[in-house]
This record gives sequence, structure tokens and C-alpha cells, in this order.
Amino acid sequence: MSIKIGEIPYKERIQKGIKDDFMRQAVSSAQGRFRTGRLTQAEELGNWEDWRNLGEEIRTHTLENLDYYLQQLSEQVSRRGGHVFFAETAEEANQYVKEIILKKQAKKVVKAKSMVTEEIGLNKALEEVGAEVVESDLGEWILQLDEDPPSHIVTPALHKNKQQIRETFAKKKGYTGSDTPEELAAFAREQLRQDFLAADVGVTGCNFAIAESGSITLVTNEGNAEMVTALPDTVITVMGMERIVPTWEEMEVLVSLLTRAAVGQKLTSYITALTGARLDEEIDGPEEFHLVVVDNGRSKILGTEFQSALHCIRCAACINACPVYRHIGGHAYNSIYPGPIGAVITPLLEGYDDHKELPYASTLCAACTEACPVKIPLHEHLIRHRQIIVEKEKKAPTAEKLMMKGFAAWASNPSIYNMSAKMAKPALGPWTKDGMIENGPGPLKAWTEVRDFYAPQGQSFRSWFKQRQKDGESK
Amino acid sequence: MSIQNREAFLDKLASRLGRERRTSGVERPQWSVTPQDEVFKGMSQDELVDVLEKHCKVIHTTFKRTDRDGLAKVLNETLEAYEGKLIITSKDARYQEYGVTDFFEEQKEKLDVHVWDSALGKENQKIAERADVGIVFSDITLAESGTVTSFNTKDNGRSISLLPRTFIAIIPKSTLVPRMTQAARHIHQAQANGEDVPSYVSFITGPSNSADIEMNLIVGVHGPVKATYIVVD
Repeated sequence: MSIKIGEIPYKERIQKGIKDDFMRQAVSSAQGRFRTGRLTQAEELGNWEDWRNLGEEIRTHTLENLDYYLQQLSEQVSRRGGHVFFAETAEEANQYVKEIILKKQAKKVVKAKSMVTEEIGLNKALEEVGAEVVESDLGEWILQLDEDPPSHIVTPALHKNKQQIRETFAKKKGYTGSDTPEELAAFAREQLRQDFLAADVGVTGCNFAIAESGSITLVTNEGNAEMVTALPDTVITVMGMERIVPTWEEMEVLVSLLTRAAVGQKLTSYITALTGARLDEEIDGPEEFHLVVVDNGRSKILGTEFQSALHCIRCAACINACPVYRHIGGHAYNSIYPGPIGAVITPLLEGYDDHKELPYASTLCAACTEACPVKIPLHEHLIRHRQIIVEKEKKAPTAEKLMMKGFAAWASNPSIYNMSAKMAKPALGPWTKDGMIENGPGPLKAWTEVRDFYAPQGQSFRSWFKQRQKDGESK
Repeated sequence: MSIQNREAFLDKLASRLGRERRTSGVERPQWSVTPQDEVFKGMSQDELVDVLEKHCKVIHTTFKRTDRDGLAKVLNETLEAYEGKLIITSKDARYQEYGVTDFFEEQKEKLDVHVWDSALGKENQKIAERADVGIVFSDITLAESGTVTSFNTKDNGRSISLLPRTFIAIIPKSTLVPRMTQAARHIHQAQANGEDVPSYVSFITGPSNSADIEMNLIVGVHGPVKATYIVVD
């Protein structure tokens, strides 16, 4: 798997999302709960804007000095007995991890949820060298068994219902119990506990690396990242190069913003800071620790007008606020990063060719920008993407190009314009109901599929104006 | 330990940022706002205990409060409620100091208590995996979020709070601070003074949980299914 999650065209993905009633209801209810949680937390603090300003300042300073802080981090990890590998590409990162697996002759790898390893397709790479890879976050485990991609950054299996999960467990793991969430989770706990205890290698992502001490911070509710880092003798952490803070003090601020903005919690059940390899006489934790710092296209964003997109702390608050995500769901974005932030960063990381529709999957209502705890101007980035797509990349959708060409020809010929303006009302009469068109013909179809269109008025502005002047003169 | 591919990687970042590599001299700025310092500012320890108690309801954690004389009784009640027979604890002088060691001694017919012993190696993890209850002393307690901080060492294995079916944290009242800000500052200052951070720092907020199945909250996923905090005055 890579950032792109399939080959189905954009319009079909949207239709699939719109027709999936369970998914739409689940997304809508999840959005409601996450948003209420975030707003309640913000209100309780009373100075949420100060928190957001601080979050933005920290991210800006860190990204402006990214080379310095990554150097400090690598020195400290190394001093604390860890190995650091800087990977320019997904292939380099996967190759490095594969070599460790081969050297350790590892049979079983347990993983804690990690977007960046999804992005580089690490699971597939590890399976190529004969390792069994087990995702240990409950949502990720469900998706792995079902060979389905995630549809949300925080709750990846949001699009699945409990009957589907029960069927997957029954088919893949011989589960015979009911579809109550408690029983399903208890089964997962029992299965995964065996995997944790038997694993040779643990792989994690990284919420925040702390430069001053060389620590890796992991934020979870389930405790799976703790299992993955405490039990196997070798632990490999893969981090996107931007996921770093200067000191513990900034880590604390960003973790507080993350858990509040993501799920409305003050802190999640587990926040863990892992620093290097285990010390003498310690039993838990890795005797061998590796940190893989991944670029994979991120450096192309540095120093550009889109740099603030790298400030993202993966809380999904923008996704939970987005009316478009609400209707089409995560899979429609065809990226492991869905929603507004996905629409901003996916084309930056992978180019416009496969993702030119994403910046259009937005109403530009700015709810995402307002929700972002580190103040990334998401809707402004989306507008800029659209400008680039049209002006520089010349990749405006064909229908839009044809329409604009047609409009120019039509509007620049007064007689045609006047005649069609007059004709519009009677011509559209059969599709008009109470002054609105709900299911228009021809080029109107695409518009009226998603919203109603005001039927043309009988009188044009020009003829109304002429009439008014005449009336005035006669008075 | 090895560091690979660093120079070319970081040189490229500096070039993208349009400047020379920075290898020294970067200072954190004075942040324009510090809202984190305002939360529960100036509260007394007793007021912080109240905050903690209130938040325990949100994090599905049983809250108990006692003094040193009453600790054995409260501990006994909690262990009974958890049907705790096999218990694993960290090795910490405070168990003796707070009378817990004596309590375990008195109850040795009923309770099988294993104190983490680094000389036993991986056997400690196996015991933790079978244990009904894991007990640790909190090193720093965050009132706002109901969080116990545990500095893991050779005497305080990470598995104690993670593998057993249930979890008990003994919280000396003096360990309470308003929020994570104070704990992070403590660790930052120690680091700045040349003191290494522990290889593992755990911030634990109640029992493990998940909302991955249809957004239903399930308490108890990979870690403990139940948790009790006992604040000792």
C-alpha cells in the first residue's frame, strides 16, 4: 500500500461513498461526537486561541530549524544506544527495515498504528522477506484482516459496522461469538496478546520525537504501542521527518492539543516516551532500537508556500469538521490521508497527476482551518492548489475547460446571448418546480446532482431595466 | 551507535529552507503566550486532589483516598474487589515506608506477591502476564487529566502497569501537580542539568480503552481492564 489506496476513478468513489448509508451515518455521528468533544475541551480551557497560537508558534519554529533539531535528535538517540537511519525515499526506508528483519531472522512483527508506514507500504515489504506482520491497534487489526484501507486518521475502521467485523473475525480467525463490541474486543485482546508475547520485532510510528533527549512519544488509548515497545527485543520506530519538537515542554503542549482536538480527551490512556535502548539490568524494552527518519517527498514542501502543511499533528480535527468528508467518507479521497489535510498534502507528496480532484473536494467553508489546533490555513492551501492546477499544471477538469470555452463563445455574442437568455425559462420549464430545478438536463445535471439550481427568471435584467426607464419617462 | 545518511539528508533540508545548515546556536524562542501555566494555577494540594477525584469518573477509574494508617485496609478492599490473588509490584522503598510490605507479609496465606526483581530476567514479564493486579507508586500525578507518571527503571518494569488484568496506583498526595506541564518541565530541567531521562516514561490515565468498533467505548483492550487510584495523605 502507498498513499494512494486504489485505482477507482474519483466520481465512482464519490458515488460509492454517497450510496453507503451505514458509512455516511457512522461518519456523521462520529463527526458530531468528536467535534462536541473538541469544542467542550476548548470551552473548558477558556483560552483555546492562546493554545492554538502557541501550537502554531512551536510548529513554525521547529520546521524553520528542522535540520538543527533532527541533528540533535539523532545525536541523542545514538548516545542512548539507538541507531538512526535517514531515508530519503520509501524504498530506502523499507530496505533498511527489511535488512534488520533478515539479520534478526524475525518471524513475527507486531506493529502499533503508524500512518507513515502505511504511506511507504512497509507491511508488504516485510512480508516479502517472510515476516508475519500483525497490526495491533484494534481498528487497524480489523482492516488488516479484511484487507481494507483506513478511512479516518484517528478511527481507521469507522466505515465498518459490527456485523461486518464479526464476519471478518469468523472468517479469518474462527470467531464464534456475538457481534457485541465488548465481545469482539475481548476476542481481539486474547488473540493479540499472544502476538505481542511471541513477536521478535516491534514497529511503531511516532507522534512526537523530542530532540533534546532523543525520546519518541507515542499516544494511544489501547496500550498497544506500549506492548510493542516493551516486549520485543528489537524495536523500530518510523517517523515522518517533521514529527519533532525541541524539548519535553513543547511535546507536552502539542500532546495536549492533539488529544483534545482529536477526541476531546484531556490526555489519552497512554502517553509513552521511549528513549533509546533499555538500560543495564532493565528487562522490558528493546535491547536494539532503530529510528528511521523518512522524507518521502516532504522536503519538496519545505521552503514553499505550503510549508505549514507540515505542521500537521494528525489529530483529524479538520476531517471531523468537513462537510464534504461527511458525505463521501474517507475512501473517496483515495489517499491514506483523507479529508482537508489529505486534500492538501496528498498532491504535495505525490504530485497532481493522480490527485488533481482532491483540492476540489471542499466547499472552502473554512471549517477545517478553524478546527486546526496548530492553525494550518487549510482552505487557503486548497484554493492555491486549484490555482496551480488550472494555471500552471493546465489540469482543470475537461468538462470545466469545455464549459468555460463554451461560456466565452456564448457570452461574447450579444444576439445569441440575448436570445438564449429569453429562451432559458420556457426551455427549462419541464424541469422546474416551485422556481427550482432539482434534476436538470445536460450540463446542469452535474450541478443538480448535488444541489438545486434556481430556475431562470422570465425577465432579464436588461429588459427589466429598459422597462423601468420607460416607466420613469412616462411618469 | 550508528547514524546513517544524515549529512546529505540534512544538507538538503537546509537548502530547501534557503540557507546554510544550522548545527548549533538555535535557541527556543520565548513563546508569546503560555496558557499551559494558567491551568489550576495556585491551587493547594487538597484542591488538586478534588480535581483528580472528579476526573476519575471521566476516565473510568475508581478513586479512593486514605492516610497511611488506612492504606492497608483500602488496598485490601481493592484487591478483594479485583479478586486479586497474584500480585506484581515494583521494587520501591515506599512500599516499606507506607506499610504495604507489612500488609503483604500479614496476608501471605491469601496473596502471592511478586516484587519485580531484575535478577530474574524475563521471568518477571511472565509473572506480570499471569498476574491479576499490577501495583506501582506514582512519581508525578497530573490532577487535570487524572494521570499517573511512572519513571520506569530496572526496579520498576514497564510490564507491571501493562500486562496484569487490573491496575492499582498508589498516589502520595505530595506527588500531585496541576497538569502535564509541570511533569514535562521537571524532566526538561533534569535533562538540561545533564541528567538523562529514564529509558521509558509512562503517563497512564486510567485503564486501556478503544472506540474502534462503531464508536462504542470499550474499557479494557490490550492493557488493564480496570484501574484504581489510591491517594494517600
